[in-house]
Amino acid sequence: FCTRGSSAPEGAKQGSRACARPATGHRGTAPRGLASWVPVVGLEIHVQISSNSKLFSGSQVQFAAPPNSLVSFFDASLPGTLPVLNRRCVEAAVMTGLALNCSINKKSLFDRKHYFYADLPAGYQITQQRVPIAVNGSLSYSLCIDNKMSQMVTKTVRIKQIQLEQDSGKSLHDDARSQTLVDLNRAGVGLMEVVTEPDMCCGEEAAAAVRELQLILQTLGSSQAIMAEGQLRVDANVSVHHPGEPYGVRTEVKNINSVRFLAKAVDYEIQRQIEELENGGTILNETRSFDSKLGCTIPMRDKEGKQDYRFMPEPNLPPLILYDAKSLPVNMNHQQVVNIDWIRERLPDLPSVKRAKLVELYGILPEHSFTLLNEDGLAEYFENVIKQTQMKPKKVIGWILNDLLSYLKQHALTVKDSPVSSFLLADLLNLLERREISSSAAKQVLEELWKGEGKTPLKIVKEKKLELIQDQKELEQICQSVMAIKVGNQKVLNKLIGLVQRATRGRSNPVLVKQILEKKLSE
Amino acid sequence: MTEKGNFHRWGQPLGVLDGIPIAVKDNFNTAGIETTCASNMLKGYISPYNATVVQKLLDQGAVLLGKTNLDEFAMGSGSTDGIFGPVRNPWSYSRQYKEKTPPKSSSENEESDWVITGGSSGGSAAAVSSFTCFVALGSDTGGSTRNPAAHCGVVGLKPTYGLISRHGLIPLVNSMDVPGILTRCVDDAAVVLGSLAGHDPKDATTIQDTFKPFELPNLIDVRKLCIGIPKEYHAPGLSSEILALWSKAADLFKDAGAKVIEVSLPHTRYSIVCYHVLCTAEVASNMARFDGLEYGHRADMNKSTESMYAATRREGFNDVVRGRILSGNYFLLKQNYENYFIKAQKVRRLIANDFVKVFGSGVDILLTPTTLSDAVPYMEFIKEDNRTRSAQDDILTQAANMAGLPAISIPTALSKRGLPVGLQFIGHSFQEKQLLTVAKWFEKQVKFPMIQLEEVKRHDCSVFQHQKSVSFL
Repeated sequence: FCTRGSSAPEGAKQGSRACARPATGHRGTAPRGLASWVPVVGLEIHVQISSNSKLFSGSQVQFAAPPNSLVSFFDASLPGTLPVLNRRCVEAAVMTGLALNCSINKKSLFDRKHYFYADLPAGYQITQQRVPIAVNGSLSYSLCIDNKMSQMVTKTVRIKQIQLEQDSGKSLHDDARSQTLVDLNRAGVGLMEVVTEPDMCCGEEAAAAVRELQLILQTLGSSQAIMAEGQLRVDANVSVHHPGEPYGVRTEVKNINSVRFLAKAVDYEIQRQIEELENGGTILNETRSFDSKLGCTIPMRDKEGKQDYRFMPEPNLPPLILYDAKSLPVNMNHQQVVNIDWIRERLPDLPSVKRAKLVELYGILPEHSFTLLNEDGLAEYFENVIKQTQMKPKKVIGWILNDLLSYLKQHALTVKDSPVSSFLLADLLNLLERREISSSAAKQVLEELWKGEGKTPLKIVKEKKLELIQDQKELEQICQSVMAIKVGNQKVLNKLIGLVQRATRGRSNPVLVKQILEKKLSE
Repeated sequence: MTEKGNFHRWGQPLGVLDGIPIAVKDNFNTAGIETTCASNMLKGYISPYNATVVQKLLDQGAVLLGKTNLDEFAMGSGSTDGIFGPVRNPWSYSRQYKEKTPPKSSSENEESDWVITGGSSGGSAAAVSSFTCFVALGSDTGGSTRNPAAHCGVVGLKPTYGLISRHGLIPLVNSMDVPGILTRCVDDAAVVLGSLAGHDPKDATTIQDTFKPFELPNLIDVRKLCIGIPKEYHAPGLSSEILALWSKAADLFKDAGAKVIEVSLPHTRYSIVCYHVLCTAEVASNMARFDGLEYGHRADMNKSTESMYAATRREGFNDVVRGRILSGNYFLLKQNYENYFIKAQKVRRLIANDFVKVFGSGVDILLTPTTLSDAVPYMEFIKEDNRTRSAQDDILTQAANMAGLPAISIPTALSKRGLPVGLQFIGHSFQEKQLLTVAKWFEKQVKFPMIQLEEVKRHDCSVFQHQKSVSFL
């Protein structure tokens, strides 16, 4: 059963080291030795489409509504009801397909996938098994090598396809009363299933790929992609094999609730398979559930033998026809069709483009651009500060990433909820830039601003008497009273400067202080 | 009745069907009214919405008299396999039948001689046939409207697939089902068609084109027509009586100046097998929703979800339905899909192409029999099982569903036994106007007799034409 903690056996360590080695596309080749294994990881990502209504019916899409309050006749599978395709869902899928460099199929088909389950009222799910809406794309993501943000490498995972399909309802098992409670609010919500090729080789890659996908989806607006709200669900397919040999038997890992757990689950499963095989065992083609508390994967009893889903074309939905500028019939009403080119022209800048622009425009480092985009609203905040201050972006970024961000993290706040607005921060930075205060004073002001009492930086400076002492005479007096030893040694000079700073609570102009001290010392 | 009340208040008819009594087959959803499909699975199920076609009729002012009986879930060709029992053909009680068919023995109740209506829309056909209403809705998947229409001596219209909305029609085979119209004369069918046809946003398989309701001309010239007689419809088991009638009908057109030619639809004989594969596959899929959880019958079984499903479906469905589900699931299994389902789809394409070729070569309308014989007595009908009967009876009507074409059965004459026999016309896709025009001409020529039910006293028979029609406007 599940005895292992998070310590990795030898083989896996080598595997993950190999993984982080820069290699474009193909998996790392582990050094020959006792345990040279090549892990293979593919993902099936279910993305809930951000739309007002469901994929085939007009009922609303909303998280955490009262049970069974968002269920239309069609969602409940009442006899005689028919599916009608939601245009917005199609557009979301096309946008996502284009953002992932896919070919959009101008004709795609809908199918029924049959199985009996309490949360599937019709006894089948409408999906796209034969011809999905988008195929053959790619997703590029970046990894830090050896946890150093300064060394980032770009990797690519191929996207096999994107298909439109219905989400199922939710069943809640009440073991105490031996009953199952079914909530159909989610039944019929539009999903895009993004299937990757098995191009990844470890948990870190999988997590980075999914993180980048989340950012892309959020940028497009096709999904909010919040894993905690079930808007993005990931299943991982994992196998291992020796280099040069055919792929091993793969297992499917489900029940992964965060990006962090995804990395853990994948790495655990790789280790488990390696150990199993090294001990002479075999890997079963099974579905396993990730237990986040124990940090391991457990076989799921539900699937006994392979299910035959008896796929059949969905007879109530004609083929989905999409147009582009070339194929659009002349007299066709623009409202009635989905035009791929029209959508392509209106795609927003994808994260990778945004990052490149930030680096180019502001001269910040690539890893800075990653952090900016990873935090919702931080890039906008940064740019707003830039607009309102004379301080150079290269300096501003330090304040954003080191000071502001750490405050936000400490208090578990989002950028939106920051008590320090970009206006206030810019104001503060301007004071600093004009040398009206020193940087350590600025930090003190920021601490005060964080209380969110509505005071301006200038007000705080005045209140706490943090103004930079520029007056020569004043400083001379202070230096005089601080000077204890008359020596001509740099170390002591610096110590003295430090003491002066302490005495003035950071308000003294360090350049002037140094001059004065040097003069005094040389006297 | 509120509709009547409105009429008086506004002084204006609500629509072309204002005040007209109608009946609706019990596989159409009717809001607030039990909709059972003649199955235990939906016994007591009160539908929360109206099928589009029902709503349209009600919007025109029609008065719903009731829901009519059928074979369970529309599976059958006799209207004998529903939970409410078999439907009796009103002609069983007609003077015409009683005169020609003496009872088996005088002591025996004439009850044992009654004949079936055909199916599966038997209840609807019987309702129109016995004067309880002017119009009834049926459904047609393999002939379920035309077959009982022929046996009950009424007009049965199967419109082109995609012309009339299926929203609210509990499906048998989604790719073949259409709502069917049963009336006493062709003019009435045209009126009802005008109220029902057209795009429905709730049904993605309806065509987008606007439908223009039409009136049929009174004077019809058939000289420009080309009538096709498909030789394959001279099917095994076709009664000599009907064969003769068919021939007579062809002559009727010839004598009136139409071009009548023999044509071939070579893949006709494969249509039954093809239909069985595709039908059962869709049935297996469509019936998957009946699990007792959201609505309908739920078995009193709590051991597990699976056992509850199994018990519910065993209790809720009759053998016919369960048999088709099993077959359908078999054909849809991964290992069988290519050989059965895909193959059947290909054969379906061939059948449809037969019609395309024939219609493309200048034929306007096809003339065929609707059924192999007149209605058989119930006691004889039940000697064979549902599947066998369906296979036999659907042969002449099934292909039109495969190809999605419009077809209509017109009561032509009485058989030796005094029972109605109908002949079928099949037309071009979406050319209902031409189809109904030809049908109306034919109807006028044959002057099919009115049923003489002792319980229903009628006026002078010679003015039956005037009385049958609802077009009093």
